[in-house]
Amino acid sequence: MDETPELAAFRAETRAWLEANCPEEMRQPVTGDSDVCWGGRKWKFKSEAQKLWLDRMAARGWTVPEWPKAYGGGGLSKDEAKILAAEMRRIKARPPLSSFGIWMLGPALLKYGNEAQKLEHLPRIARGEVRWCQGYSEPGAGSDLAALRTSAILDGDEFVVNGQKVWTSYADRADWIFCLVRTDPAAPKHLGISFLLFDMESPGVTTSPIKLISGYSPFCQTFFDNVRVPKANLVGEPGKGWDIAKYLLTHEREMIGGMDMGSTGRDSMHQMAKKAIGTSKSGKLKDGLLRADIVRHEINAYAFGLTMERVKDEAKAGQGVGALSSMLKYYGTELNKERQELLMSIGGSDSLTWEGEDKRDGDPARTWLRSRANSIEGGTSEVQLNIIAKRVLQLPGA
Amino acid sequence: MALVLNDEQRMVKDSADGFFAEHAPVSQLRKLRDSKDPDGFDRGLWAKMAEMGFAGVAIPEQFGGAGLGMVAAGLIQEAIGRNLTISPFLSSAILSATAIARGGTEEQKAALLPKMASAELIVALAADEAARHQPNQVATKAEASGNGFKLTGAKPFVLDGHVADKLIVAARTSGADTDVAGITLFLVDPKAAGVSVKRRWMVDSRNAAEVTLDGVQVDGADMLGGLGEGFAILEAALDAGRACLAAEMLGVSAQSFDVTVDYLKQREQFGVKIGSFQALQHRAAHLFCEVELARSVTLKALTALDAGDERAPFFVALAKAKAGDVCKLATNEAVQMHGGIGMTDEYDIGFYMKRARAAAETFGDGAFHGDRLALMLNY
Ligand SMILES: Cc1cc2nc3c(=O)[nH]c(=O)nc-3n(C[C@H](O)[C@H](O)[C@H](O)COP(=O)(O)OP(=O)(O)OC[C@H]3O[C@@H](n4cnc5c(N)ncnc54)[C@H](O)[C@@H]3O)c2cc1C
Repeated sequence: MDETPELAAFRAETRAWLEANCPEEMRQPVTGDSDVCWGGRKWKFKSEAQKLWLDRMAARGWTVPEWPKAYGGGGLSKDEAKILAAEMRRIKARPPLSSFGIWMLGPALLKYGNEAQKLEHLPRIARGEVRWCQGYSEPGAGSDLAALRTSAILDGDEFVVNGQKVWTSYADRADWIFCLVRTDPAAPKHLGISFLLFDMESPGVTTSPIKLISGYSPFCQTFFDNVRVPKANLVGEPGKGWDIAKYLLTHEREMIGGMDMGSTGRDSMHQMAKKAIGTSKSGKLKDGLLRADIVRHEINAYAFGLTMERVKDEAKAGQGVGALSSMLKYYGTELNKERQELLMSIGGSDSLTWEGEDKRDGDPARTWLRSRANSIEGGTSEVQLNIIAKRVLQLPGA
Repeated sequence: MALVLNDEQRMVKDSADGFFAEHAPVSQLRKLRDSKDPDGFDRGLWAKMAEMGFAGVAIPEQFGGAGLGMVAAGLIQEAIGRNLTISPFLSSAILSATAIARGGTEEQKAALLPKMASAELIVALAADEAARHQPNQVATKAEASGNGFKLTGAKPFVLDGHVADKLIVAARTSGADTDVAGITLFLVDPKAAGVSVKRRWMVDSRNAAEVTLDGVQVDGADMLGGLGEGFAILEAALDAGRACLAAEMLGVSAQSFDVTVDYLKQREQFGVKIGSFQALQHRAAHLFCEVELARSVTLKALTALDAGDERAPFFVALAKAKAGDVCKLATNEAVQMHGGIGMTDEYDIGFYMKRARAAAETFGDGAFHGDRLALMLNY
């Protein structure tokens, strides 16, 4: 390895610290959503270990390793963060905290927020004290997000927000919302939009959960009826919210695209297949055609994983990710859907169980169904292809 | 190891891109093909490639090479892919040079490698016997005779076989036809008694020959590596070749993709540019992603070879499989999106499709390397 002495020392320290501080229970595979720590005011820790792990990591700023220390982060360089991630993978440590605050709002606030906003919100995200939801989509504004109509009209020192959001993931469990609102109805579509933050407990906010085909109800309809929001909660400039929205989306897309590559591990598919189907004397999986499908999938999964790595290395070398986040979102989610299809095939009738005594929320059928949303949420696959065609390939508009 | 090029590699890339575009564009391939050139490549170009240090890129400095390694070799072959350049680069500078550097004695290395780096000597690898690549299938026999061996067998697909000054022949000294143990490599003079070399005319206009050996006498000193231990050397040479082929296919994919995207911006139908049709935009955008994936796996394979990573064969198999599939897709899509003109011999895109097919088949296609990968992962 071509690691500098400083980085080698960092690796050694990190390894020792993780060994000493990561509870055994937090090194077990995640079997369902309740094993994931989302944090927030309403969060009920699944176990003492889950809380301990969060507190210890947050104290070092390692829930958000690359954020500046002043905002609750670890202040790590990209190389150090890579080492931390690798060392966590080594002992199979679960992420101490997962949240929209970390993946989406944080990066946007770091870039566009003012100092007061950063100091107010970032440390609370880092410590898992406030859970955020994303108020983008509306009934009439999905792929065509800029068609959104939720309005925010200035009244003295406050905006008055009226309208409806939909598909708002975890709105019923979130404490705050980052919300796209129209502050200037007269301006052209993309120019009248602003980026507003407010407390979900504000009077006039109501949510109602929607059930998914997987049986989960992760998302909601969210209604705003004369919700009063301090003017200071507007991020960036009024009417410039679209830039922030798009910047945040690139982070969301990278996150969704890379979602399945880390935690569950891509080796598990053929291992599961071996267990379920068995191998012949030659050591090959008994079902030759399924084996071929698995191989093709794993080739693409490795190739995609290496592409994520390369894009990150290039970003580090200053070559920018930009529209490539659309590539990662598109390819990663399509791969994950294929993966879930294959896992269903491998399981055969076992994977069809819907309810039973040993029901876990990580059951294959529900996970498979949930995965179908991957190429819809955060902008559909078709929209990502449009973005690549337009921004990267610069193909003419129709 | 970061998956980005370092400064030295960027320089190699820039000089290779410039060199091949200037000295060996597709028009050269067309000329060689149309004139049925007896050599099938341009010796002047090969000499220039030696001057540039390309012919010796993978040969250690102590043996007259540039010693730049496989990432650099891959960058050269990527440029070769973009321009469809014909030369003995793959056969002599990569496959044979790797085999000799890996398995040769100091004398053999000193005698051969410097001349290979300076393009005075072309060495070709005569290994494959099955039409579908299966490197352990070696029926060519090497029977003890005098103080050496007598070789008898047939090698139907020897890259650059008809212009080679020397052949590296894989022959069986013990074991059954598909055993890994018992394969031995020999250096053979193609002009020796009992060797016959017949040129083959291939779909991609590249050079290959059918070599038959009929009781060819070789000396004990002509053995490359240990008795019965040739397979490991052969695999090392093949993996170097496969990684470089992946790089070439990346170049073929990227070039046909770029040409196609340009065409989408120019060609008009129904009063608009065809590139404004979403059906084509989405296929082009998908292809963009596929080419990016091929780039990542190729760079990883070459980097792993340079680092002596024990997982290098895994990444090489991954790269050869993925880049091969992408290359076929990219060139097939290119022809389709060009419409009728894409089917004409006059237009270059067809050359890319032909090369894609041949390169994907050479030294194992997606199915071969997929199977290899699965076995490495124990399933
Ligand atoms: C599980 C889940 C969680 C979500 N969480 C959130 C959240 O937390 N916050 C939030 O704001 N939103 C969330 N969303 C909403 C999501 O962002 C939208 O569903 C998505 O942007 C698509 O919008 P739509 O549903 O209105 O579909 P439409 O836009 O109506 O799309 C329907 C179909 O038309 C295609 N289409 C549309 N426009 C084009 C075009 N120009 N070219 C080609 N095809 C096109 C689409 O690709 C799709 O196939 C979530 C969605 C899901 C499924």
